[in-house]
Amino acid sequence: MMKKEMIAMLLAGGQGSRLGVLTQKVAKPAVAFGGKYRIIDFPLSNCINSGIDTVGVLTQYQPLRLNTHIGIGIPWDLDRNEGGVTVLPPYEKSTNSEWYTGTANAIFQNLDYMQQYNPDYVLILSGDHIYKMDYEVMLNYHKANKADVTIACMPVPIEEASRFGIMVTDETGRVAEFEEKPEKPSSNLASMGIYIFSWPVLKEALIALKDQSNCDFGKHILPYCKDKGQRLFAYEYNGYWKDVGTLGSYWEANMELIDIIPEFNLYEEFWKIYTKGDIIPPQYIAGDAVTDQCLIGEGAEIYGEVHHSVIGPNVVIGRGTVVRDSIIMRNSQIGEDTVLDKAIVAEDVVIGNKVTLGFGEEAANVLKPAVYAFGLATVGERSVIPDNVQIGRNTAISGVTTAEDYPGGILESGQVIKAKDGEQA
Amino acid sequence: MRAIGIILAGGNNSRMRELSDKRAIAAMPVAGSYRSIDFALSNMANSHIQKVAVLTQYNARSLNEHLSSSKWWDFGRKQGGMFVFTPTITKDNSLWYQGTADAIYQNIDFLKQSHEPYVVIASGDCIYRMDYNKVLEYHIAKRADITVVCTTCEDQTEVERFGVVRMNDDGRIVEFEEKPIVSSYNTISTGIYVVRRRQLIELLERAALEGRHDFVNDILIRYKNLKRIYGYRTDAYWSNISTVEAYYRTNMDFLRPDIRNYFFRQEPSIKTKIDDLPPAKYNPEAVVKNSLVSSGSIINGTVENSVLFKEVYVGNNCVIRNSVILNNVYIGDNTRIENCIVESRDTIRANSCYCGEDGIKIVVEKNERYAL
Repeated sequence: MMKKEMIAMLLAGGQGSRLGVLTQKVAKPAVAFGGKYRIIDFPLSNCINSGIDTVGVLTQYQPLRLNTHIGIGIPWDLDRNEGGVTVLPPYEKSTNSEWYTGTANAIFQNLDYMQQYNPDYVLILSGDHIYKMDYEVMLNYHKANKADVTIACMPVPIEEASRFGIMVTDETGRVAEFEEKPEKPSSNLASMGIYIFSWPVLKEALIALKDQSNCDFGKHILPYCKDKGQRLFAYEYNGYWKDVGTLGSYWEANMELIDIIPEFNLYEEFWKIYTKGDIIPPQYIAGDAVTDQCLIGEGAEIYGEVHHSVIGPNVVIGRGTVVRDSIIMRNSQIGEDTVLDKAIVAEDVVIGNKVTLGFGEEAANVLKPAVYAFGLATVGERSVIPDNVQIGRNTAISGVTTAEDYPGGILESGQVIKAKDGEQA
Repeated sequence: MRAIGIILAGGNNSRMRELSDKRAIAAMPVAGSYRSIDFALSNMANSHIQKVAVLTQYNARSLNEHLSSSKWWDFGRKQGGMFVFTPTITKDNSLWYQGTADAIYQNIDFLKQSHEPYVVIASGDCIYRMDYNKVLEYHIAKRADITVVCTTCEDQTEVERFGVVRMNDDGRIVEFEEKPIVSSYNTISTGIYVVRRRQLIELLERAALEGRHDFVNDILIRYKNLKRIYGYRTDAYWSNISTVEAYYRTNMDFLRPDIRNYFFRQEPSIKTKIDDLPPAKYNPEAVVKNSLVSSGSIINGTVENSVLFKEVYVGNNCVIRNSVILNNVYIGDNTRIENCIVESRDTIRANSCYCGEDGIKIVVEKNERYAL
């Protein structure tokens, strides 16, 4: 096998439970984003744009959509004779068979995959961030510092620093200390979960900690490397980077794309984001439709009003319907005279006529107040919502619901309906 | 499938005016996201034809770029594949393709080296969906030598662009007039033919020997009393785009819901080359009515009854009406465009006005592109 200077390992096995019903049937990296893409398109496109043509994608939770999307990597030019993209699910072994129990454990279980390319460096990525980054620049930084490990970091407002893993560095950028979600952070450099390891260092650490339960990069591997006196450097990144791990941040990141000149610009020729574009026809905007500040994907048909929203491919929005501050993912059908206000509608959803999604005052969610917050009404994929119902805020709906699920035709703010799945079309 | 495919994509037509200056008609962008040849190619793929030859001649740069990979139509297989044949100089021949029959004749090895019993011949400048298997079944049932797919030309003034046929009750073609100035019939040939491969080889070789080069005049019309030439009638949507008016009308047809559903929402779908463009973006002042908009476009102004292709930028306070804007066009602020076809890669200056007064105006404007 041809030697590769740097290969990437992309962690895409997590559920992303804070996205609630959006990740009930798909892994977080496969969730749609920005009217066309899926979250994993960003790290995959970054890889190929940075000249990395060998990427292992580690999957575990609900991988069907992800596998279908990645295929043999054609959209990202990752269909290669040597290297390319390889999907790496957990597998049975002759001695101990286990799931991936932690981020580092997942990488450890694929030592053979990495070894066959005999790389000098391994890039560890996660599949749940929206950003454009040239990993080659980071690698050059790693080499210039003769580093063993380089951790991509970005400055965050100090009051938010306690949500992150924080790096305390000396003046050369070398990491002197980490603080994992500190109460009183002594720096504002937050780890982005992107690491470059020199291969021998990574291999040694993974083998040394192979019996560590739930072995994790942040909690175990980095402290181990630091305690051994290895050279850990923080690579400061100042571009756009967004963790879309919560419904609120997911919604916000989508909404930022429709600013007149968005900070994260998808329209630049340089550093294109690639995706599996399987829907081809143009979109149709009808005679009495309104399209006011929005992104609309291929094949969509808009007969109603769309204000400040992100609409995915093949979505149909009926006459008299008003969509505001919402995200609708591909193939969903919205009936006539319906109102969507601050809603997230996943793929293949059918919403009836004269429905109101998002009304009234907010109330804390009864089931998961931390997940279903931000005033959003969230609808899981392949759900059905009948005609003439009203749905409040901080709500979640999944499955095929009927009028009986809505006493008095209303789902109050903060409520949840989990109905049975319908037959898949 | 029991057939191989041949797509004639070499043609040009002066009635395309400036639009054919830089490309063959088969490479014309159609319906926002497609190129004309996608329809014939997708029909072939969807009819399970695995081996297709595309014959090109007139300015094929744009077409070749579009056909750079066969994977979009799923032809990149170990069995079969897509072959693009441009005229070449050989030991025996140093001429361009002198006609449709000659174009195929010059690539007769492709026919001889295939083993499929039938050949489907189509042209790259027609917009339609068709399962060629149905034509082939008819061809076999009629024990025909050649089957010509025919349709009804609704507009009698358009008949002169086509071959006009008259069939007997059995469907056999008894009269065939190529591009008559006037005709009392309105059944026309669509330029789609099914013929047995060995029969085609024989006919082409004989025509070549006699110095005859045109498939319609020198084969269909010349042999119509000798060979069993049948017409297969279709009533489905079919449009030839090889005049500016027909091209404009065909694009506008896609604003009709029945046409959109027929082409965009039915399986098997029409395939094309994928461009990796972001979704279309509508900024706060955008007003779009009854229009098709393609990916990569950014709209700030007003667009009505128009078809916008990929990567069109419409500036502030622009008004675009009843127009077709081809790929990658930048339209500066305060510009008015009505009844126009705007050529691809154009840059339209701010504060300009283009209106087609009587008929469609073709706008070709190569200005410096403003930095966005």
